[in-house]
Amino acid sequence: MVNETLLSTKGLRAGYGGKPVLQGLDLDVRKGEIVAVIGRNGVGKSTLMKSLIGLIPSMEGSILYRGQPIDALPAHKRARLGIGYVPQGRDVFPRLSVAENMAVGELRHAASDTERERVLDYFPILRERWSQRAGTMSGGQQQQLAIARVLIADPELILLDEPSEGIQPNIVQDIARIMVELNRSTGVTVVLVEQNIDMIRAMAQRCYVLDKGRIVAALDRDALADGEAMRRHLAV
Amino acid sequence: MDAITVAFAALYQFGDAFAFLVLSACGLAVIFGMMGVINLAHGEFIMCGAYVTVSGANAGLPLPLAILLGALVAAAVGALVERLVVRHLYERPLDTIVATWGLSLIATQGTLIVLGSTMAGIGTPLGSFQIGGYSYSVYRLVLFVMAIVVLAGLYVLFNWTRFGVMARATIQVPHMAAALGVDTRSVYSRTFALGAGLAGLTGGLYAPTMTLVPTMGTTFIMEAFVTVVVGGADVFLGTAPAAVILAIVKSAMTSWQGQLFGQIGLLLAVIVVIRVLPKGISGFLLRERA
Repeated sequence: MVNETLLSTKGLRAGYGGKPVLQGLDLDVRKGEIVAVIGRNGVGKSTLMKSLIGLIPSMEGSILYRGQPIDALPAHKRARLGIGYVPQGRDVFPRLSVAENMAVGELRHAASDTERERVLDYFPILRERWSQRAGTMSGGQQQQLAIARVLIADPELILLDEPSEGIQPNIVQDIARIMVELNRSTGVTVVLVEQNIDMIRAMAQRCYVLDKGRIVAALDRDALADGEAMRRHLAV
Repeated sequence: MDAITVAFAALYQFGDAFAFLVLSACGLAVIFGMMGVINLAHGEFIMCGAYVTVSGANAGLPLPLAILLGALVAAAVGALVERLVVRHLYERPLDTIVATWGLSLIATQGTLIVLGSTMAGIGTPLGSFQIGGYSYSVYRLVLFVMAIVVLAGLYVLFNWTRFGVMARATIQVPHMAAALGVDTRSVYSRTFALGAGLAGLTGGLYAPTMTLVPTMGTTFIMEAFVTVVVGGADVFLGTAPAAVILAIVKSAMTSWQGQLFGQIGLLLAVIVVIRVLPKGISGFLLRERA
């Protein structure tokens, strides 16, 4: 179980308008891991996340999920395989209520009342704002909604793209703590794209360093603890 | 003429104008509001509904069933048109206008060639009633009720059903809806069929009151576009209030100076509204609430 590969890419090239941003990218994520992907702005971190969920097509190479290639599948089918995507900038449906945003999350997996309560127990603010329009909430509240909207479908893999961006530190800590707790209790696998060193350290078990569309280094937990090395990878 | 007679006459005129505006516009508004597609073949879906309804009624179907059949056939044709034409042009909105305009010409001329310049109609059912010496059509009241039923039905569909939540999520952030498991392509396809079906329903409902000619869609087109332009992209916050305002303008101008002035009044109202509220009534309301 522990070493079973859940997600991998082999020589993945993907990008926009015929121009590849990812230049032959190989990575492996095992079941139950929290893996971070770090790198400076513009090296292709968000592009990687979008190509994993299927919002941009693979040009070459392949993405394997549970050993099966998923490159030909549109995003909605990948979502139904159990991949939950929490995008950079959150992308909540602004004119839908919190309840309706959650309902969209539930389309691929009707949650029981117990499951829904469990998710809302992690994010009690959503219960308070249940019938409020998502677009009128703060960034931190929207981020919690974007995560809860994915958790409600009981995903096997969560793609978490810069969850700390523009959010106050105490909520960032809460989110990190909740994700680690969920990872321990449910075994959910997480791929985290992040620039915030504290969040990476709080969550990730290991880390890939991305540069110019390629993986240039893989860091284990000890390397993550090395502040100097981390700063070098993020800030160069 | 006592006050009640005058009031009823005015109310009847308003109701008639309101029903015509709402029913003309709803199919167009659903497709434009939900998909951003301007369907210039809207009038021909109405024509399709009317022809099928009259054929059904002439073949012995009870009128309500014939109207339903008209709506369903128009919806099916809409689904086909979406699959064959519109689907390939979602990234190219201007081309969609040209393509649907082309379809409109083909449908009008094709109907003219195949079915001739006119089709034997069916009379307006349900007769009339009198108030204060004036005679009113009962069927026009049915049309008013149907306009309300359509608005209420759309409200329930888009707010209380699974499809409605999917459709609203899809128009707001399409890529995110897809990433959460919504088959956005199927949402667009069903929405287009719904809009076409509503147009067909309108054609069926008005078929007993009109002469059936291949160009009959144009009768509805001006009202439809005026209502959608004034209302903006949201069916409930836009189409319904726009129809109320325009119905008041139209019925007042019509009873003051006749049909022609009613039409002129509508066009003037559009110019005024667009000057003041460039995104229509719903654009204004949504900005206020955001």
